[in-house]
Amino acid sequence: MSFVTDFNALPINGLSTLAMAAGPAEVEQALARSGERGMRLEDFAALISPAAAQPVWLERMAARSRELTLKHFGRAIRLFAPVYLSNECINICKYCGFSRDNPILRVTLTPQQVSTEARYLQAEGFRHILLVAGEHPHFVSGSYLQDCITALRAEWPSISLEVGPMETLDYEPLVTAGAEGLVIYQETYNRQVYAEMHTGGPKTDFDWRLETPERAYAAGFKRIGIGALLGLAPWRAEAISLAAHARYLLKRCWRSQVTVSIPRLRPAAGEFNPLVNVSERDLVQFVCALRLAFPEIGIVLSTRERAKLRDGLIPLGVTMMSAGSHTEPGGYTQQGKDELHITKGGRRINSEGEYATQQFEIADNRSAVEVSNMLELMGYDPVWKDWDGALNERSDPR
Amino acid sequence: MQKLRIAGREFTSRLIMGTGKFASGELMAAALAASGTELVTVALRRADLTGSQDKFANILTFVDSQKYLLLPNTSGARTAEEACRLARLGREATGSNWLKLEIHPDPRYLLPDPIETLKAAEVLVKEGFTVLPYINADPVLAKRLEDAGCATVMPLGSPIGSARGLETRANIEIIIEQATVPVVVDAGLGAPSHAALALEIGADAVLVNTAVAVAADPVRMAQAFKSAVEAGRVAYEVGLAPKQREAIATSPLTGFLDEK
Repeated sequence: MSFVTDFNALPINGLSTLAMAAGPAEVEQALARSGERGMRLEDFAALISPAAAQPVWLERMAARSRELTLKHFGRAIRLFAPVYLSNECINICKYCGFSRDNPILRVTLTPQQVSTEARYLQAEGFRHILLVAGEHPHFVSGSYLQDCITALRAEWPSISLEVGPMETLDYEPLVTAGAEGLVIYQETYNRQVYAEMHTGGPKTDFDWRLETPERAYAAGFKRIGIGALLGLAPWRAEAISLAAHARYLLKRCWRSQVTVSIPRLRPAAGEFNPLVNVSERDLVQFVCALRLAFPEIGIVLSTRERAKLRDGLIPLGVTMMSAGSHTEPGGYTQQGKDELHITKGGRRINSEGEYATQQFEIADNRSAVEVSNMLELMGYDPVWKDWDGALNERSDPR
Repeated sequence: MQKLRIAGREFTSRLIMGTGKFASGELMAAALAASGTELVTVALRRADLTGSQDKFANILTFVDSQKYLLLPNTSGARTAEEACRLARLGREATGSNWLKLEIHPDPRYLLPDPIETLKAAEVLVKEGFTVLPYINADPVLAKRLEDAGCATVMPLGSPIGSARGLETRANIEIIIEQATVPVVVDAGLGAPSHAALALEIGADAVLVNTAVAVAADPVRMAQAFKSAVEAGRVAYEVGLAPKQREAIATSPLTGFLDEK
């Protein structure tokens, strides 16, 4: 039993139809039920409907979303920063800059180089770090990740990972080494689009990826992040699937904190254009609907979105933000620049260039201190440290 | 008003304050001052425990140790072992022996784990901590923790942050009736009237955080809770007029017995 069973039985089309057909009566009813335990997916569908996107309803959703977020999270926003370890990847994903068939400048940082990058972020104020890497069994192996975590552990109260899916047994040493969170986005919950987007490498296995959060939980990760990459498939269906996934995890993985993220596709190497348009209004509606359905869920917002939209989303439900991010290995302190090389299809073909290629462009270019100042100006406390390494040693083998 | 005594220490205020969810450290400090509190709890996971005076983990600098007794808490711990480890590090970093023991494996509702809490309390009391455990309103667990040497018990009124008030009232009344240590109602008190009610029914103190931190004006809301706690306590000391089941008839129903 895993979410795959539930997902296969999920009436996505029926719920999408409900979402498209919902009128003011359904929206009002769903709004009235917001914040209650266990919102039905039918009500969630009404909240993501075109009817609910009308200014008068969206404003009411936003007000309720703000109220629920304040109640559960207060006037505090947690800050984190990504460090890219490697942009080597064996997968072919049409939208991703790191895709195996993109002839880009690649590098894998040594654990010492990762420490140097991390120290830069530490000086900025960050105490929560997210280690990101492409999927590559040779360059980004389990023992390599373990070495990176070990190198950071003494200085970082909170370490999370966003790397290729692994087996529970392979995750366990990473938890023991001191990693606390695991982020794994399904990218798209639409099987057909998923197959079209992921044409090579282990990522082609939809179900394996879908079950990853449960394997991570079994290995002892305390924070589990899921998400959908918006711009690949119609967003309302993605929203329904993501909500069903979150609900499943909240019930089954009750000892972990579940966070959701809904990044929109950004320009990246490979010249991929989003297949569907997801507007800022859509994104705001999606965030509010998630908050109304899941009052206690963490909602993560990255620097993919422009500053003005990010600022606008803060009071509406977001609880965690990155800031001042670089999405290329060595992006903060130019670590590893002597090792840069171009590969295409896994083969080294060149070795020149200044910077490794980034995964995607960021849209909010403000520094960490600028974002932090803006939060204070908006009446929010930027929280840098909200965890302690003392909480990470595993004591309860499950 | 009688003083509150916890572990041999006297407090004039019966309002314990939390420090999470505030818009800034400065605002939190102002709210603490307005509340009249003398005992303030801080999550160790938000504090610097390395001794490096980390300015990005500086929540403790906003809690004046001359004015308040610091009550570090183990929020984030999911097991007894994690809580004990954090408590020891916290004692080294803060110098405070006092500990609000919180173990909630479920990060969503933050409901306390009774089994792990009892285990940790037994260990920490032996190690010299003054332990104030956060628990569900379970009278048997409260007695077990008392037997283990805890300085108080802190049953929840309703889930943390829920602002639903004394939903566990029936069990809290039993805990109060049986307790030989102070009973502090912790969590779920959303309005000053909730706090007043807790004191009226005999709770020795209350702990408040969210209701003040997310109020439009935390300083004034802190004052409101201060007044409510005082009112509730005075009413308890005086003794509330007993509630009558029905109106007392002006012509006695049994008056005929005296008629000749």
